[in-house]
Amino acid sequence: MLRLWPLRQVAKVQNVLGGLTQIATKSTQPAPAPELVEVFIDDKQVFVEPGTTVLQACAVAGVEIPRFCYHDRLSIAGNCRMCLVEVERSPKPVASCAMPVMKGMKVKTDSPMTRKAREGVMEFLLMNHPLDCPICDQGGECDLQDQSMAFGSDRSRFTDNAFTGKRAVEDKNIGPLIKTIMTRCIQCTRCIRFASEIAGVDDLGTSGRGTDMQVGTYVEKMFKSELSGNVIDLCPVGALTSKPYAFTARPWEIRKVESIDVMDAVGSNIVVGMRTNEVMRVLPRVNEDINEEWISDKTRFAYDGLKRQRLTTPFINVDGQLVPTDWETAFVKVAEKVKKVDPKLIAGVAGSTADAEAMVCLKDMINRLGGELLCTEDSFPLNRSGIDFRSNYIFNTTIGGIEQADVVLLIGTNPRLEAPLINARIRKTWIHSEVCVGVLGAPVDLSYEYQYLGDSFIVLKDLAAGTHPMCKALASANKPMIILGTDCLQGTENGVIYNAVKDIAERLRKNLKHKDWKIFNLLQKNASQVGALDLGYQPGVSGLKALQAELIFLLGADAGTVSKDKINPSSSVIYIGHHGDYGAQIADVVLPAAAYTEKDAIYVNTEGRVQLARQAVNPPGMARHDWKIIRALSEILGVALPYDKLADVRARLGEISPTFDQPGQVNESGFEAQAYQLQTEIKDPIVNVNTAISPTMLKLKDFYMTDPISRASLTMAKCIQACKESEKNPYSKQEAKA
Amino acid sequence: MLSSVRKQLLSSAVKRYFHASVLACSDKSFVHRDTPENNSNVPFDFTPENKKRCELIISNYPKGHEAAACIPLLDLAQRQNDNWLPISAMHKVAEILKMPRMRVYEVATFYTMFNREPVGKYFVQICTTTPCILNGVGSDAILEAIKQNLGIDVGHTTKDKMFTLAEVECLGACVNAPMVQINDDYYEDLTVDDINRILNDLKAGKKPKPGPQSGQNGRFASEPKNGLTSLTEPPRGPGFGVRPDL
Repeated sequence: MLRLWPLRQVAKVQNVLGGLTQIATKSTQPAPAPELVEVFIDDKQVFVEPGTTVLQACAVAGVEIPRFCYHDRLSIAGNCRMCLVEVERSPKPVASCAMPVMKGMKVKTDSPMTRKAREGVMEFLLMNHPLDCPICDQGGECDLQDQSMAFGSDRSRFTDNAFTGKRAVEDKNIGPLIKTIMTRCIQCTRCIRFASEIAGVDDLGTSGRGTDMQVGTYVEKMFKSELSGNVIDLCPVGALTSKPYAFTARPWEIRKVESIDVMDAVGSNIVVGMRTNEVMRVLPRVNEDINEEWISDKTRFAYDGLKRQRLTTPFINVDGQLVPTDWETAFVKVAEKVKKVDPKLIAGVAGSTADAEAMVCLKDMINRLGGELLCTEDSFPLNRSGIDFRSNYIFNTTIGGIEQADVVLLIGTNPRLEAPLINARIRKTWIHSEVCVGVLGAPVDLSYEYQYLGDSFIVLKDLAAGTHPMCKALASANKPMIILGTDCLQGTENGVIYNAVKDIAERLRKNLKHKDWKIFNLLQKNASQVGALDLGYQPGVSGLKALQAELIFLLGADAGTVSKDKINPSSSVIYIGHHGDYGAQIADVVLPAAAYTEKDAIYVNTEGRVQLARQAVNPPGMARHDWKIIRALSEILGVALPYDKLADVRARLGEISPTFDQPGQVNESGFEAQAYQLQTEIKDPIVNVNTAISPTMLKLKDFYMTDPISRASLTMAKCIQACKESEKNPYSKQEAKA
Repeated sequence: MLSSVRKQLLSSAVKRYFHASVLACSDKSFVHRDTPENNSNVPFDFTPENKKRCELIISNYPKGHEAAACIPLLDLAQRQNDNWLPISAMHKVAEILKMPRMRVYEVATFYTMFNREPVGKYFVQICTTTPCILNGVGSDAILEAIKQNLGIDVGHTTKDKMFTLAEVECLGACVNAPMVQINDDYYEDLTVDDINRILNDLKAGKKPKPGPQSGQNGRFASEPKNGLTSLTEPPRGPGFGVRPDL
């Protein structure tokens, strides 16, 4: 908490005093268990650690205290007073969320005093809260509604309507994602604390005082954060609701399907809200190891892209025009093309949102036809041990592991936009510990302070050679972390950069006190990448040109890496995917497939964690599940795949890699030493890289459209527009960072 | 018309209510609106002397807690800028103290003594809290006199931008009620003649003597009207009432 504003500056002074060498040395010994405090909750004896709040002690005893302002992951405000409880020998009820337990404390959570206190607080809150539940989007999932049912009075004493009415507050315009109806606000300040603590954007606050106090930005500006949508979930009332979701559905009509997000490689756990075969909204699902309970705005709001620009029927290219057709014609067309070419010249490319099942089917089919080249869109150096070792291409430390790190070195990545939840985790670590962050790449706003090392390759070389001042900090760290972005690995010199980073990691690994600590991390950008590499796909599409591939299957490959000028001009392209994007444009045959909400599918996140996405809605029109399309096609091509059930496909996945049999888990990768040795066996002198090591996403407006779904999303387009407009807004200007 | 009838009917039917009068909410807006005189492009910077004062104020607080100087710096900015605080001044303070701007806005909107809109050269604040209403001629008469004299209502500024009239809560001079505060000076024990004289002097460019006026026979401070009623004997020396053995 020391690094939260305003105490942040104290930490800064300390840092300046200590310089870079001052690294928090965390004790490796676990602290001796403190003596537990005995408290009585409704005469039930519980033992809790000292410093626990009464509210948490009640939770231990199984009693849930009503609350509005208190939230597990935010600092304690204690201003809603809903959590008042009676404590024996205390003359007044106490706010349990802010009161630490004391020895022998006797708490009464259902005494007349407590109930009267709650009823009183409820009455005061409702006095200035509009009774517009029937037209409020929060209706049905509103804390105020629920708690007034449980703890409020059964009648109202509010008869003042004829005189002054209720307080009315002007609505704020804080961007295209969050709808504000500020009259409903009960000033719990959760959104303010979220913005300041988790998102790191001190834009929200309270202005005015007393009855006139209002939550907002004071000046009109957009709440510019990649995590802004989470304040909608945090808001206990209907003051902050989702703009795209406004008035579309009620929570009780929605069927909730637990799934996985594919907008980035984090694999955030989500709940897809479905009604009448339509995705109504996307909410986060708690997973402490990945996204805690937050999701990024792209995850939350890009769902309207699932309804636009969709491929609902197969197409074939007739004289340069894509003409709708039926499945049979399309399949026959594909078969004709396959017959015409040399099987060795058949290749496949997996796009950013391809699922593991479809990828294994495509690989098996092309292999059976005789083709060998299957690749992903994202490049990765192969000149050394490459993808032979899993530890080379996954996020080894794991996302939860970030919290233990004491030095983080970010190379060529902007985690805030590439993986907002990993950045949120780094920020969390930065707030709660003395972690020192170094950045080699673009000087982007990461929402926390860091030591900027520059963006030239020379700095990386110095780091690899151990001559850079940062090396001292890295070497003295107990648990250092290096996060390498994939953007800087796309060029032809990627191997050189990768080697240098590996050199740093290896030198640190040799002197590591904690032998099981993983240093090297690759931050993937595509949800499909780790799964594809696990299945034996080659990273990067450079092989297509080398092979002069004649027939290319694109499995949702829409990043624009495969284009007519980059491949053999006479080659045919078969596109299997869900959106009419770059891939479909160059295709000769388009086979419509399912998006991530429309199929049961396996995705492997950047940590190498296998996760199951579940089907929420049916694919639109004639679109079918990707793996089924490929299975059907294989039969027409005469190389029928030996599985025809999803369970069989998954069994096949398990044959290739046992990790696919353990959904939800991270398999620790090993053999770092071997991976490095293989690397050093080939002598490759470090040459100079002249281009800057820099991520491609620099500003928030770059964040919103990165894949076919978000590119088709109207909401995301509005976000970009709002970002551009806010650049003209003098109040949105970047403030000088403390 | 119809609504007012209904209102009356309703109010006569209602037996219990919380407010019998209109809620006394602030007349200030707690949302910033750009105006020609108050927007982020209006230049503001501390004068060199005030910059030194800023440094002095900041040095009063421990390192890392510079944000504690927010209120004094905002006050300094307000004094420098004709008694009001433009948004660019808030930005300047945020920049100096390395605070997020929103945190400065919060402070500036919370404290009512920060004027976030331009005020006249003389900012007349009249106290209309209970002791001021009751004591002397009463603040009602004084307020009426000011309105008459300046030709403005509460919250308004005269056309020549000389006077702004504001009604405020207790300013802590109850014993010398009724009173007004004009800029930094208290004028106490007012009568209608006093306040007219004061305002006319100010209009004429003269500076009237602050402090108690003629209301209580021009007393020196807050002493009783008819001389002291207690503590009349000379003060006793040290050691009075102390045990002899100490």
